[in-house]
Order: sequence, then C-alpha cells, then structure tokens
Amino acid sequence: MARGHLKKVLSLVGLIFLLAGCSQVKTGVLNPQGPVAQKQYDLIIWSVALMSIIFVAVVGIFVFVLVKYRERPDNLDYEPPEQEGSRWLEIIWTVIPVIIVIALAIPTTKTTFELERSPSPEQKPMKIEVTSVDWKWIFRYPEQGIETVNYIKIPANVPIDFELNAVGAMNSFWVPELGGQEYTMPGMTMHLWLEADKPGTYLGRSSNFSGKGFTHMTFRVISQEKEDFNKWISHVKKTAPEQTESDYLKLMKPGNVPEMTYSSYPAVFIKEYEKQQGGEKHHHHH
Amino acid sequence: MDLFNFKKPEHFFVTGEPMIYMADVLIVLTMLGIVFVLTYYKKWRWLWDEWLTTVDHKKIGIMYLISAVLMLFRGGVDAVLMRTQLALPNLKFLNAQHYNEIFTTHGTIMIIFMAMPFIFGLMNIAVPLQIGARDVAFPALNALSFWLFAAGALLFNISFVIGGSPDAGWTSYTPLAGNELDPGPGENYYLLGLQISGIGTLMSGINFLVTILKMRAPGMKLMKMPMFTWSTLITSIIIIFAFPVLTVALALLTMDRLFGAHFFTIAGDGMPMLWANLFWIWGHPEVYIVILPAFGIFSEVISTFARKRLFGYSAMVYSMVAISALSFVVWVHHFFTMGSGPWINSLFSITTMLISIPTGVKIFNWLFTLYKGRIRFTTPMLWTLAFIPTFLVGGITGVMLASAPADYQYHNSYFLISHFHYTLIGGTVFACFAGLIYWWPKMFGFKLNERLGKWSFWIFIIGFNLCFIPMYLIGLKGMPRRIYTYPAGLGWGTWNMIETIGAYLMGIGFAIFVYCIIYSIRHGERDTTGDPWDGRTLEWSTSSPAPEYNFARIPQVNEIDAFWYRKRNKAMKVEESKPLKPIHMPNKTGLPVILSIFMFIAGFGFVFEWHLIGIIGLLGVLGCLAWRSLHEDKGFYIPVDIIQQTEAKWKKVSARGKSITS
Repeated sequence: MARGHLKKVLSLVGLIFLLAGCSQVKTGVLNPQGPVAQKQYDLIIWSVALMSIIFVAVVGIFVFVLVKYRERPDNLDYEPPEQEGSRWLEIIWTVIPVIIVIALAIPTTKTTFELERSPSPEQKPMKIEVTSVDWKWIFRYPEQGIETVNYIKIPANVPIDFELNAVGAMNSFWVPELGGQEYTMPGMTMHLWLEADKPGTYLGRSSNFSGKGFTHMTFRVISQEKEDFNKWISHVKKTAPEQTESDYLKLMKPGNVPEMTYSSYPAVFIKEYEKQQGGEKHHHHH
Repeated sequence: MDLFNFKKPEHFFVTGEPMIYMADVLIVLTMLGIVFVLTYYKKWRWLWDEWLTTVDHKKIGIMYLISAVLMLFRGGVDAVLMRTQLALPNLKFLNAQHYNEIFTTHGTIMIIFMAMPFIFGLMNIAVPLQIGARDVAFPALNALSFWLFAAGALLFNISFVIGGSPDAGWTSYTPLAGNELDPGPGENYYLLGLQISGIGTLMSGINFLVTILKMRAPGMKLMKMPMFTWSTLITSIIIIFAFPVLTVALALLTMDRLFGAHFFTIAGDGMPMLWANLFWIWGHPEVYIVILPAFGIFSEVISTFARKRLFGYSAMVYSMVAISALSFVVWVHHFFTMGSGPWINSLFSITTMLISIPTGVKIFNWLFTLYKGRIRFTTPMLWTLAFIPTFLVGGITGVMLASAPADYQYHNSYFLISHFHYTLIGGTVFACFAGLIYWWPKMFGFKLNERLGKWSFWIFIIGFNLCFIPMYLIGLKGMPRRIYTYPAGLGWGTWNMIETIGAYLMGIGFAIFVYCIIYSIRHGERDTTGDPWDGRTLEWSTSSPAPEYNFARIPQVNEIDAFWYRKRNKAMKVEESKPLKPIHMPNKTGLPVILSIFMFIAGFGFVFEWHLIGIIGLLGVLGCLAWRSLHEDKGFYIPVDIIQQTEAKWKKVSARGKSITS
C-alpha cells in the first residue's frame, strides 16, 4: 500500500515537472489516446519522477556549495582542507542510483515484453500491411481487400497489428497519440501493435530521415466506431477504383502524393514485387 | 572500373544558390588575402619552418585548436541556417535538399572536425606538460595525425562548393546512403573525409597511450597522474578499440559505392541494417571519446579554482574505466525501434541505464570537491560549473531514453536532439571553452580577458537553454528531427521561434568570445610567472608559453597535484640546484604535411571516381612512407648554454612580474 502511494505521489511530481513546461494544449506523446501510448506515457511519467529525485538532490547540493563556499573578501585567508574522499559517501551515491536504476529497469523490461503482444488480447485483432515508399505510405487491409495511401481508417477499441515493410530507404512509422514507432525496412517485415480508445483523427508520419520528400511523408489515422468503419469499408468497395499493376508501379516512383483510396489491389504481384525490392529473391525462390 | 575515365559530375562547381556564390567569393577572397599577407610580410619561410614542419606538441595543439574553432564557426553557421529555416512554419529560406545537406554537414563537422580536434588540441597542449615529458612518444607521427585530420577536414569542407555536400545525415544510414538512392560525390566526400581523418585519430590514440604509459616523470605512478591525463589515457584505449570499426565500415561502404560491392545494398544479398550496427559500435564509444577528456578538463578546473585536491580521486579513475567499458555494450540503444526483440532491447536498456551510475559518482565527487573549498568564479570555472546542471539534464533525459518502450516515443524526435545537445554541448563544448581559456596563458603567455569571457559565457548559456529546453517539449509534441519545415497549427511554431532566438544568442556568445581573443592579444594580462591560476599540476611549473623543451630539468613527482605540493614545500629550490644537461629533441619534418597532401589528392580523386588520380595520390603516400623508412632521424641536442639563456630570461621576466604584483 505504502509503496503504491509513494509511486502515485512521485508520478504526480513527475507530471508537474512536465506540465510546468508545457501548459498549452496537450498533443503528441503527452496525449495518449490508446492503451499502447498509455503504457508508454505511464513509463515516461514514472521515469521523470525518478529522475526528478536525482535532479533535486544534485541541484540542491550544487547551489548549497556554490553559495556557502564561494570566495568572499572576508574568507581570502581560508585554506581549504585536503580531503582525499570518503568511502561511505562513495557507497551512498553508488547504491542510491543503483536502486533508482532497478526501479526503472523493472517496469522497462515488463513494458518491453508487453508491447510485443496485443494490447487487448480478448479482442479479435485487425491486420494492416504498411509499406513505406519514397515518400508515401501505402496501407493494405488484407481482410477487407482494400488499399489506402497516406491515410488509414481504423475501428476504435480494436487492436491493430501493423505489418511494416519498405521499398527503398528505411523509414519509421510513428503515430505519437497511439504509441511509439517502429522502423520500416526493405526485406525485413516488422510488427507494431497500436489501438485507439475512441474515435478521433491523429497525425502519423515517418520520423526516420529518408531523403528529399521525407518532411511531407505524413498520414492521417482516423479512428471510428466499428459501425462507421464497416460502412466506410463497404463504401470504398463500391465506389473506389481498383488498383492495377501499373497504378501500383506509379506509386513506387519517388515523390509525395495526396491521399488515395482503392477498392482492391493486385496482391500476388505486390508480394512478388516487394520481396524482390527487399532483396529476398535469392533466399526464398529456389 | 576504367582508370582513364574522368567523368564530369553533373555540377562540378555547385551552382544555383546565392548563398553558395557568396561563399565562393568569400573563400577566394580569403585565400587571396592569406597569400597576399604571407607574401607581403615574407612569411612563407616562417610558415614552413615554424608550423608546417613542426613536431612540437604545443604547436600541433595550437593548430588543432585553430582548426577546431574554425570548424565550430562552420558548424555553427550550419546550425544558425537550420534554425532560421525552422523559425516559423512553412518558411522557404532553405529547400529540402539544401536543408538535408546542412544538417548532415552540421553533425559531421561538429563531432568529427570540431569536437575531436578541440579535444586533441587540448590533449596535445596539456598532457606532455602534465606528466613532465618533453614531447609525445612519436612526435612525427603526432604531426602526421594532425595533417591527416586537416586533409580529411579540408576534403569534407570543400564538398559544399565542389561537387555537392553529403545529404544522408551524419549517421549516413544505408540503404539511403548507398549508390542507388544517393549517387554522386556527396556521400563519397563523407566516406573519404572521415576515413582520412580517422586514420589520424587512430594514430593519436596509439601515440597518447604510449606517451602516458612510457614518458611520465619519475615518481608519477599511474594513480598520481592528473585527472586530465587519466582521461586521455582511457580515451586513447577507447580510440584504439573503436576507430578500427569505423575504418572498416567506411571502407565497406566505399567499396559499395565506388566498386559495386554489395555489403549494404538492398540488392545482391547486402545487409543495409548492418551499417547501423557497425556505425554505432564505433559511434557510441565515440561519444565517450569526446566526453571523457571533457570530464578530465572539468576535474582540473574544479580542483584548481576550489583550491582543493580532487575528492575521491580513485573513485574518479575507476568510474571512468567503468564508463569506457560500458560504452562498448550500449550501441543497440540507438535503434531500439529496429525490432531486435524484447530480450535484446531490455538488455541494452539496462546496460545503458548502468552508465548513469559511474557518471553520477563523478558528479557527486565534483560537488564534494567544491564542498569546503574556496571557489573562484573565473571564466573557465563558470563554464565548468555550468556543465554540472546542464550535463545533469542531459544525463537524466539519457536515462529516460534508455528505457526502450519510452524510447519508441522519443526516438528520432526533438526530445532526442535536445538530449544529445545537452550532453555534447554541456559536456564537450563547455569543456572546450573551459580548457581553452584555462590553458590559454600556457600556450600564448597571456590571459584572455575575464570580463569579455564572462559576457560571452552568459549570453551563450542563456541562448543554449532557450534553444534546447523547448526541444524537449516539441519532441514530446511529435516533432521529428531532420524535417526542413512544418505546417502551422501543430503548436510547434512559438517554441521553434524561441529556439531560433536561442541559437542566435549562442552565435553572439561565440562572436564575443572571438572578439575576446582579438582584444586579449593586445590587452590581455601577461602571464610572467607561468602559474597564472595558482595551479596544481606540472604544466604550471614551467614558463608561459612553455619553452620548446618544456622542462629544463625533468621534475620529480611524489604526490597527486605535484606542483601544488612543491609550491607548499618550497621544493622548487632543491630542484633548481640540479645540474642542467643537454636535451635531446626531435627534428622538424616536412613529411607529414607532404604525405597528407598526397592523401588529400587520393581522397579527392576517389570522391569523383577518378581512379587514376586516386591511385597517384596513394602511390605518393606509399612513396612518403618508403622515404621515411629509409631515412634515420636521430634528432638533435639543445646545448646547456641555450637552456640556461632561455631559463634566465624567463626568471628575469618572472621576477619583474612578481615585484610589480607585490
């Protein structure tokens, strides 16, 4: 109980430290809108709290010694003692940081493993395949068969399993409000779990420099109630154009493009193409 | 590969940007100006004899420092250009390509061509003097290290007017930095510039390791060495282990780009992600290569101006050893988001957090050195004291970044940018200022003006915090690094404007510092005693500037802070009664500068894939090495009467100085 309280109080201190700096509208990392971002937010606040102990201790001693032991006209004949050091003090300022590191390392490790799994294991997850290309984001919904470019819609409260791939340079897939990022790399498929708590629109982007068009490599993530999401899917299926192989190849050319929507995509062709671009052809096709 | 193919790149001279044309004009004018001054005052001979061929560690140190300050200017201009572009949303001051080039050169120059030579300059000035030696172990090699650095730096720096700057970031991640996505000379400049100066760095590491192990004054046991010498020793060991990795990584990527190899390409079974590993296996220890000597400088300055020996000397040494060992096992934290799996990420999170423990030990020992001291707020001390809270902020945010799941949110954001500027500026740059001002009288025989120094300090410090505190916040607000512009309405605008104002203030602080140097050349307080700060270590026991041979008699050391105790015990007189002997000194040599010119030619040839020129350059290098191997150089002796004359002159000035002050 007591420990729980301590943790809460310290977390509050950490929060105050953070908020002292940013009284404006909360956006980004400090505005978690899903369980993954929330876990990371809690860890961040906890680490700020732990670090503020160190900060206060060091700055406290620092200010004290500077004020007390500064040279003044009246102490010019004071000759400082020759101190070699102190074993006890060395032990104290080794052991306390060790304890603080342990206090951070345990939740760090726990969260690292948790983030590998679905944030809501009781829910049926949805899969979205993500490919970063110079300099745009392509999203495919294998279960629904549709494709979008530079935006996605997702159902709220459904864990999304993002399968990350890249053609060309490495990028990083980041939606701060929903959770931390993961690199997209050619020839190496990565996974990232994200989930939105409620409907809303969030800014996503590449955070890893990938060349000329990198700055504009952003996308919108639109979280909707499940019914609205399903309506959107059937609307796309009815109204959006089909993606041809040449449409797809056009997207592969370097450049920024606006948001796009396709009711279908040439799945087999794309799989072959991306494998080849990822340099995997020598591994798996003999 | 066609030896006789001299394909001209699309733009040999970079065109199209008015700023570049301006730079072209300035470069040509400066060069003409230098040539004119040297010719008019008939100084070519002097330049060759006194500087280009010198093997004196003190002069080499000064040349390193001049280069470092020039590079600080260049890297600083890059920074100010970037901050100008980001001051407001949607500005069109720089385009994407230009911005990409500028942040690439900013990072590379600040680390490789500013921080490194600054640190090496101070090591060269102080370490042989601190250990009571007459030079480094291999003086000609030391000169070669400097000239190779200079060749690499020059090669890298001309890229922005000839051929185009590299533009894949100072980390130069593949596949972006490979030929397919980034053809042209820019990245070649990066690879060859770093390669050439890196070879010089490796040689320096070996040189200083041997110097410190073999050339200490009698009685100076390892655990009696000044802390800056200790930090140099440990840094040298890190260099010897880390730099070969960079050499190999650069060589592999060069083969990819120049000769069609496939180490890091996507096609042909290459492994683009291997680059990140190799880069950071060197890159993380590299961070400690520039920070440990900074710790050493701070230790000297704090101890001197608190008038106390360093608290917990042995803990200070062991914590540096611990940091150097840990620095090799944390590199994965630079890419937690590359999906190495939870076990690896957890492990590297913990090793990274562990570094904070020995670093914390150091901070507390510095604080307890101040405790019960009598603190004088001189400019070197101000820079040192400012380091403590600044580095503290850098350190605690570093621990926050070490937590892998939280790092998924900080990574590549301005939070990270602010963190490493707090450590690298708050650590290394503050130490460079502190060390430069502290050892300045030892180099030139006069002090820098304290009043101007303090002005530049306060303006720089205020600017620094204005520039970088908001970066933590906008990082958390989701602003990533390396974007050249941003839209309005994200809540980033105000903070970016504050950052830009801060950056300009830092620029003003730097300008005042440069003015302070110019002012002090004329008006600075002359140092006649050789001991202007009431110092503790041996460099203060000889004249300022130190004579060519450093010490007329090699001092005997019995204590930590040898000079301090000698002053207390009046042992000076005993020492001076010993008879003088002729002093053996190394000869000047033009070989290092000539070899480096060939290396530059080789580098330039390979940058443009003009292989014939590259090979000619390399043959020149081999020729120099062969010539050196076939010529024996036994050095020369300074006769006793010359030593007597030099010493008598100093004693006379010194005595006059004392009678004036008392």
